[in-house]
This record gives sequence, C-alpha cells and structure tokens, in this order.
Amino acid sequence: MAPPTSRRTGFSKRAQYGTFLGYVAAFAGMLAGAAVLVVAFINKDAFGGLRGMASDVAAPAGRTVAAGRAGAQDLGAILGGFLTSGATHARMRREIELARTRLAEAAALADENRHLRALLGLREVPERPVAFARMIASTASSTRRFATVSAGARQGVQVGMPVRTPTGLIGRVLEVGGSTARVLLVTDPESVVPVQRARDGVPALAQGHGDGTLQLRLVNLGLNPLKPGDVFVTSGSGGLYAPGTIVAVVVELTRDGAIARVLGDPATADYVAIYPVYAQAAGMPEALAPPPAVTPQLRPARKPAPKPEAAN
Amino acid sequence: MPFGLGETRSINRVHSPLLARAVPWLTVALASVVQTLPFIASAPVAPPLGFMVLLGWRQLNPGLLPVWAGLPLGLIDDLYSGQPMGAAMFLWSVAMISLDLIEQRFPWRSYLLDWAVAAGFMTGYLVLAGIIAVPPGSLPLIRVLGPQLVLAILIFPLVERFIALCDRLRLLRFRSIS
Repeated sequence: MAPPTSRRTGFSKRAQYGTFLGYVAAFAGMLAGAAVLVVAFINKDAFGGLRGMASDVAAPAGRTVAAGRAGAQDLGAILGGFLTSGATHARMRREIELARTRLAEAAALADENRHLRALLGLREVPERPVAFARMIASTASSTRRFATVSAGARQGVQVGMPVRTPTGLIGRVLEVGGSTARVLLVTDPESVVPVQRARDGVPALAQGHGDGTLQLRLVNLGLNPLKPGDVFVTSGSGGLYAPGTIVAVVVELTRDGAIARVLGDPATADYVAIYPVYAQAAGMPEALAPPPAVTPQLRPARKPAPKPEAAN
Repeated sequence: MPFGLGETRSINRVHSPLLARAVPWLTVALASVVQTLPFIASAPVAPPLGFMVLLGWRQLNPGLLPVWAGLPLGLIDDLYSGQPMGAAMFLWSVAMISLDLIEQRFPWRSYLLDWAVAAGFMTGYLVLAGIIAVPPGSLPLIRVLGPQLVLAILIFPLVERFIALCDRLRLLRFRSIS
C-alpha cells in the first residue's frame, strides 16, 4: 500500500492550514538552526551553560554506565588472564625485581633534584590534583572529541585545567557544569598541545588527528630528527600543562613531523585526575597565554606551504 | 443510588494518548543521549543513533512526527553530541523536509529503496556534520568517517526493528472504566 500522503488534506480548512503551518514551521526551524550555527561559530562559548546543564541532567545515567564499563573491562582481563597467567607472572616477577632497585635510585635522584633546585632558588610547584573523576560520556558519533567527566564547579574544577590518567595527558577542561565538566581531548582536531621530546627537548606541537592519533609538527623546520618510538612530554609553554606530563609516542614519520599514538588512552582509564592550571599553581598567572588551541595560524593550511629546505 | 446501580459502566481497553504521542519524541531524544554513553571513544566510531532513530520513525510511520520535528529533536542532539550548537537543528530540519519531498516523488517504495534512501541520508549527514564540526582539511575525512558510515548503514535495519517494537509499545492498550 502506498503510504498516506500528508499533503492531500481534503476540504477541511483547518487541516489545510495545519499542514501549511507545519511546512512554514519546518523551514523556519531550518533557518533558526542555521542562525544558531552561525552564532556558535562566532562565539564558541555561547551555549556552554546550556550544554553544562544538559550533561548534569544525564550524569546519573553516565555514572551507572561508567561503573558497568569498568566491570566489563575487568571481566575481559580476567578471561584473558587465564590463558597467559603463568608466563605473565614470571615476567612480572623479573620486572619487579629490576623496578625495585630503579625505584630506590629514582628516589635518590629526586632527593638530589630537590636539593639542587633549592640551591638554585627554583620555585617548587605543588602537583596536587583538584579532583578525581570518572569519564562518564564521550562524543562517540561526532568528529569532535569531547568527553564528560563526573566533577564540576562544585568540586573546584575550572576551565583550562589539564586532565590526565596515570599513563598520560588526555586533555583539558573546556566547559564546566555544576557536577560535570566537558573535556577537550588531545585527539580533537582543534586541540594543540605544546610538547617536546622527552630525551632531548626537541619542541613540537601535537595536534589531534581525529582518528585517535596525534599529528606532531616540529617547531624548528629542517631535517626531521624523529624516530618511531620517541616519547613526547608536555613542554609547559603556554602555561596550561605542567612540563613533563607524558603525552604520546611516535609511530610513523611524516614529511614535517610524525604521527603519534596517545599514551593516556581515555578508553581504558577508569578514573582521571584534574590538575590545576600550571601557571596559576606556580603562582605566575600573568604567564598564562591565551589557550593555544584557538590561534588560527596553528591550523594546517589546506595546501601545505612550500618548505624552506625544498628551495635549496 | 447505592452501588452505582442505574449507571451504565463499561470496561474497555484503550490506547494511552500520552504514550501514543510521546514515544517517538522520547526514543529519538534518548538515542541522542545513549550514543554518548557506551564507551569513551578516541575516534568517531559510534553510528549517529539519534538521527537514525529519527529516520526510522519517519520511514516506518510517516506522519507521526511533524515536518518541523527536526528543530526540537536536533536541539537535544546538539546538547549531547559534541557538534557545534545548531548543526543537528539545521541538518535534521533539512532531512525532514527532503524526506517529505522524496515521499511525494516515490509513493510506492520497497524496503530496499527505503534502506537505500536512509543510507544516502546517513552518508550526507555524516559528511556534512564532519565538515561543519571541524575545519575542512584538518582531518582525513574519508578514513575517519568510513568505518562509522559502514556500521551505521549495516545497523539501520536493527534500529528499525527496535522502532517497530517501540511502535507496538506506543499503541499498548490499558484498562479503562468509563
């Protein structure tokens, strides 16, 4: 049977007007949507409060699902563990023997570091998280990469604060609601994190690539010194992220940098820690540059500009 | 009179008007929220469930959601999906209007044609939403959206199956005494 058409309304004036007004409302809705979109492009924070309220509303469901998610991951690990338990156990015993001695050495080094810093008069920056939270939701169907964490203004979370897991940086707080906060993940195409190679401090900018990896762009052009396996940490420039937070490891070289895999994988992290903005924790709020993500020249041009070394 | 004698009371089983009207709106809104919950994704992998449920209702039961339903439902989706505000409001409104045009053009349809139309709409929606959300060129769009699109097209019949279930729930009959 052909579906009933909604346009043939018969002789009823009321039905005719109703249908007509429906179409008028539909086109008006389309235009209203476009207008809202334009406003959202001009002022990115325009609807932050509305979104904060919405994510507060959905937070209880998110908390429940997050607890279940952690349980499901544990179940997978338990089932997998039956197969590999013996070999893993033996290997871990060897590793823990080594790690114990390394830990003692590291404690001695940390102590020496503290003495040397005191001699130089360098300021100690406290590294205490503001809050611990669960990741309760993420924009899994959008090309933007946001996550919602279960701590907000009531827990002292503020815009700009870095968010990390024990295994690395995962992003920074973008919008704050009452009991939730929206985090811009480092894998978002509009997130730019100033990083440096852990070994020797080669500076680079890590921009999200949209598919779970980061695009590392070297600040100094020239020969590409990167190698797969290089570990990158935050450099602290910009004042948002504390220097030395681990970010990513290089997996593949490109012409002007590398593709890197994020180490603090939010998918497997049960809890995340939210740290204060570094420049404020260090008592230098005047050093806080505007957030690096919004500077337009950092975005890749559609056509890559001719590189300087290509000329000679 | 005592014991209600003399009155004619009938026991009937009727639809609940509230349920019959609210279920389509609620399922689309819930799908918009649910698509953010199951895992913390570092790439767009989940199908756009809110849009798929809207498409499904529109195709399985045309006339149930009015043409302008894209605006309020898109607003809810925008609050949760991570797209810039207004993206779904605009794209869903456009989708509802164009689905209406397609229905006028092809009144006789088969299931395969419906599925193909839905696949076309999902492709257009994902690509346009991707272009709106991030500056073009900063993202390998095909590589990022490809898996999501294939998953969405393959999962669409299941979503329709779920909507058919909700449609039966919508017309559940309750005992009423009048």
